[in-house]
Amino acid sequence: MTDSKYFTTNKKGEIFELKAELNNEKKEKRKEAVKKVIAAMTVGKDVSSLFPDVVNCMQTDNLELKKLVYLYLMNYAKNQPDMAIMAVNSFVKDCEDPNPLIRALAVRTMGCIRVDKITEYLCEPLRKCLKDEDPYVRKTAAVCVAKLHDINAQMVEDQGFLDSLRDLIADSNPMVVANAVAALSEISESHPNSNLLDLNPQNINKLLTALNECTEWGQIFILDCLSNYNPKDEREAQSICERVTPRLSHANSAVVLSAVKVLMKFLELLPKDSDYYNTLLKKLSPPLVTLLSGEPEVQYVALRNINLIVQKRPEILKQEIKVFFVKYNDPIYVKLEKLDIMIRLASQANIAQVLAELKEYATEVDVDFVRKAVRAIGRCAIKVEQSAERCVSTLLDLIQTKVNYVVQEAIVVIRDIFRKYPNKYESIIATLCENLDSLDEPDARAAMIWIVGEYAERIDNADELLESFLEGFHDESTQVQLTLLTAIVKLFLKKPSETQELVQQVLSLATQDSDNPDLRDRGYIYWRLLSTDPVTAKEVVLSEKPLISEETDLIEPTLLDELICHIGSLASVYHKPPNAFVEGSHGIHRKHLPVQHSSIDTGESPVSSGPAANIEQTHVIPSQGDLLGDLLNLDLGPRSTCPRCPPLTVLIACNSVLLLQVWLPAVKAKGLEISGTFTRRQGQMYMDMTFTNKALQHMTDFAVQFNKNSFGVIPTSPLPVHTPLMPNQNIELSLPLNTIGPVMKMDPLNNLQVAVKNNIDVFYFSVLIPLNIFFVEDGKMERQVFLATWKDIPNENELQYQIKECHLNADTVSGKLQNSNIYTIAKRNVEGQDMLYQSLKLTNGIWILAELRIQPGNPNYTVLYSNFATETCVKV
Amino acid sequence: MIHSLFLINNTGDIFLEKHWKSVIGRSVCDYFFEAKDKAGDPENVPPVLQTPHHYLISIYRGKLFLLSVIQSEVSPLFVIEFLHRVADTIQDYFGECSENVIKENLVIVYELLEEMLDNGFPLATESNVLKEMIRPPNILRSVVNTLTDTLPTGQLSNVPWRRAGVKYTNNEAYFDVIEEIDAIIDKSGTTVFAEIQGAIEACVRLTGIPDLTLSFMNPRLLDDVSFHPCVRFKRWEAERVLSFIPPDGNFTLMTYHISSQNLVAIPVYVKQNISFFDTASCGRLDITIGPKQTMGKMVEGLSVTIPMPKSVHSANLTATQGSYTFDLATKVLVWDIGKLNPQKLPNLKGSLSIQSGVPKPEENPSLSIGLKVQQLAISGIKVNRLDMYGEKYKPFKGVKYVTKAGKFQVRT
Repeated sequence: MTDSKYFTTNKKGEIFELKAELNNEKKEKRKEAVKKVIAAMTVGKDVSSLFPDVVNCMQTDNLELKKLVYLYLMNYAKNQPDMAIMAVNSFVKDCEDPNPLIRALAVRTMGCIRVDKITEYLCEPLRKCLKDEDPYVRKTAAVCVAKLHDINAQMVEDQGFLDSLRDLIADSNPMVVANAVAALSEISESHPNSNLLDLNPQNINKLLTALNECTEWGQIFILDCLSNYNPKDEREAQSICERVTPRLSHANSAVVLSAVKVLMKFLELLPKDSDYYNTLLKKLSPPLVTLLSGEPEVQYVALRNINLIVQKRPEILKQEIKVFFVKYNDPIYVKLEKLDIMIRLASQANIAQVLAELKEYATEVDVDFVRKAVRAIGRCAIKVEQSAERCVSTLLDLIQTKVNYVVQEAIVVIRDIFRKYPNKYESIIATLCENLDSLDEPDARAAMIWIVGEYAERIDNADELLESFLEGFHDESTQVQLTLLTAIVKLFLKKPSETQELVQQVLSLATQDSDNPDLRDRGYIYWRLLSTDPVTAKEVVLSEKPLISEETDLIEPTLLDELICHIGSLASVYHKPPNAFVEGSHGIHRKHLPVQHSSIDTGESPVSSGPAANIEQTHVIPSQGDLLGDLLNLDLGPRSTCPRCPPLTVLIACNSVLLLQVWLPAVKAKGLEISGTFTRRQGQMYMDMTFTNKALQHMTDFAVQFNKNSFGVIPTSPLPVHTPLMPNQNIELSLPLNTIGPVMKMDPLNNLQVAVKNNIDVFYFSVLIPLNIFFVEDGKMERQVFLATWKDIPNENELQYQIKECHLNADTVSGKLQNSNIYTIAKRNVEGQDMLYQSLKLTNGIWILAELRIQPGNPNYTVLYSNFATETCVKV
Repeated sequence: MIHSLFLINNTGDIFLEKHWKSVIGRSVCDYFFEAKDKAGDPENVPPVLQTPHHYLISIYRGKLFLLSVIQSEVSPLFVIEFLHRVADTIQDYFGECSENVIKENLVIVYELLEEMLDNGFPLATESNVLKEMIRPPNILRSVVNTLTDTLPTGQLSNVPWRRAGVKYTNNEAYFDVIEEIDAIIDKSGTTVFAEIQGAIEACVRLTGIPDLTLSFMNPRLLDDVSFHPCVRFKRWEAERVLSFIPPDGNFTLMTYHISSQNLVAIPVYVKQNISFFDTASCGRLDITIGPKQTMGKMVEGLSVTIPMPKSVHSANLTATQGSYTFDLATKVLVWDIGKLNPQKLPNLKGSLSIQSGVPKPEENPSLSIGLKVQQLAISGIKVNRLDMYGEKYKPFKGVKYVTKAGKFQVRT
């Protein structure tokens, strides 16, 4: 016998008949009648007029009948509050019943009757039930507190039920703990103090114990609660992670995702180089993949979350791109999400597979999906430069199919590819132009017009093409009108002679015949620009465009961090923070990823310190050859310059060149900044430079040239810059030098004039080469030769100098100097002074001899330089 | 948590509603109907929808929608899992989850919903526990109605999935290792992607509280597993054995996933050619299937399903084995082959006609392959032994293996 019979009563006196049956003497009849009433209720019929009759059936020993009556009461009590009071006594009695099932049922049902008057009577029974000896009753009562809070929050607080709930966290029964957590979490959503659940290590320990033993749903509540905790250090974080990890193997996908949330959050606290950190990362991947074998609805939520995880920690799933390949019978919402993630995971390593897939998708039936696939091909081209060529040819293949929406979508993405790689793929413009007539969507038309305008000089009939668009100017969308206006102005600036008429036409269409203020304004601006100052117009309209970024629609990092804290929630599905869409969410505080504490500031609360900032360490270029620098870096005090002894001045001057310094500031070189230093490594001289692009456009075609100089320094190879330098990128390079170039005396002697060229312009700057890089390795003079030479040096070639405040002894100095190819030939002690005799040889074969006098206890050194052939150097 | 539930059939009629908190008017479903109209196919309705005051989370099963109304920030997977559990329970009680069955058993369904959720929090979702409180509709129902007065034992025990006092005269425990191959094969026959979704389905009818241990010959194959809550995870981690006190009756002991990074054997190859002519309004179809890596076992239940482009009008084909049908309304071509004979490969060949005046179809239809290989787990997983502790009697034990095609697609 099935329940469908309850619907076969005749229409006429249905309610009347039921009423009669409800008052029947026989228990069985009454039960049947209540069932009929419930059946009518479930399908939305109004049977509320039977309220008193149904309530009369409540006093029964039959549990099933009791339950049915309760079901009815819950539904209609709100409409009949006065009548509902009649039931109160019966409820209160049931709460004292020896059978825990009845006690629980009574307290549960009472909580569901959303009538204020009833809730007053509920308080006492509820208080008893919260302390009931039977855990089944306690766990039901915990939920009842949440129900009551929903109806009358003030009363729950006044009666101290919240404290009772907190006490239940320490209950011995895991199910009671889980329900108390669930109730508190729900209450805190609408409670001004969202920190109802005071999480401390003891509580956490209790939750973790309950986690292992409670039901799957309870596990979700506990995991979500755990994710709000901020462990005090990495040890605590790790121990929580260890106890949460087994949940990743749960059959319930919601448990898995909640566990992922806890782990993703606490990962922030673990040191990146620890073994555990890496093990944990590896453990995260299989459960995420498994979620994708669930029902399509589960897949959808999983994919939205994976989208976040992939942005935060791409390493977790980078090997798994294949699981995101689309099956033809996946629901469309799954297909679109998979596609999104495929693009995010696309890299040079897998681009071939990804492209093959995307090409396959572009021939599917579903228009939205096909469009997105075509767009994805464009995004791959922009993201993985090596694949750009293949992507473009794939797009061309697709254009050949002549499928209207495919062609249009392809043209839109090709425009972006043109912007990313200017002057590379313009050869395909002709193919694009063939499809001009089939474009009927504003996006595609605008893209095509942009291309024609941008490359007007290469398209012979650009004027005709643009003119053809102009015919229906007023029927076009604003987007197309604006683009067309700009494109024609561009064309005019490029080919002024033939297109005067066209530009006049579009300007008057835009300014005189249009109602759109944006269009009119732009029209007027162009008009004025063109009529007053064509040169400026050219600069403005044809200026270099900023590059488009590689990753589109990335979530902004602070939002991403916040969303990671909400993995598994609605926020993670919408990719919006909860306060952006949850009504009345004043209780929801913005969540932040915990910040890893350094050993010093452990006292700081991670919440207050905000999201982890990825502060990139300032890149310090190690300064080479700082040995001489060390010596000369001492405070040298005021120095007397002696024009006749250039090497010394140079040597002293060189100390300031040893650190990386800015040679060419960006303001002088249209955004190119060059800083650098000279070094000598393994007998080879190098110019170590950092090129930084501070402009908005990319830079290519770098080259360098030196002017003739005193030492004949020239680069031995061209500038090792092969890839374009993107805005805000920098590149470090080492240019090997030798001294076989043409020689010309410079003033100062070590001056070097450099010219650097790129696609924008040629820039000049001059630098002082520190002399020590010219000191060659075989600068050690024979002792005898040294003595002889020393004597032969004319006095006027000698120079004396004092180095002050140098607290080094003779041996250290000698060692340091030797590292810079200044060799100590002899050392002797005269009247308590250490005398060091040194020699060095320059690349051009000139010897320099020196005597260094060091008086122990006196930090001031005296240097006597003797240059055997200063004049030779000068003369050459 | 979950505020209300509406059951809706695929024509858009609400035939059951249940509210766990205040009553929410049916008009909230209008947002869902709007999305449903937009999606076209019922399968394509997005599972999470936002309305000005509520969220609608729905699943589509057995041609009906289970639509839940949510008012606060929740875990959507929580809700989705729960809705599937509702559908599972209905299926478990009445044999299927369909509109007719639910309408016939409205009151029981309503009682079940009331037991499963309290104030939006899941209460009793284990089928064993529910069956103790609400009897499934059979002859026993009226007889044992009074039994429900006792507290369901499963509710609070440490093994909530098992009811107490289970008694059988024949004690038996059967395990089916079922593996499904999900694969995408491209038109040249190369495997683009292949993975195995495995499950161990158990049917355990054992008296008392038996404690079972199941071990594998080669547990190393299993690195991505999901367990029924009864499985002790610690022992799995330490010893790679499944140790558990089983629920009574049928349940899924574990599911596992052998990823695309492992080599997955593909039992059959498909040679296909479906082409449409530019000039005449017709096309050709030629499909041959042959054995590839069958591990010496017979491939049965072979079938090919092809959703044809909408413009295909009719099919005139000859099959060397089995029979084919072409549904004019849905444009789905199904070729039922049966057993694969390696000596005489099945072939389906012939012409397709296209509605005249319609341009040649742009898309290439994909083939869905159905197949079954008995006594084979294609991953090579093998159960070593099953031991029982805690009870004295000697149960019947058995393990069966079967490999099926899951989402097995061949692109053309």
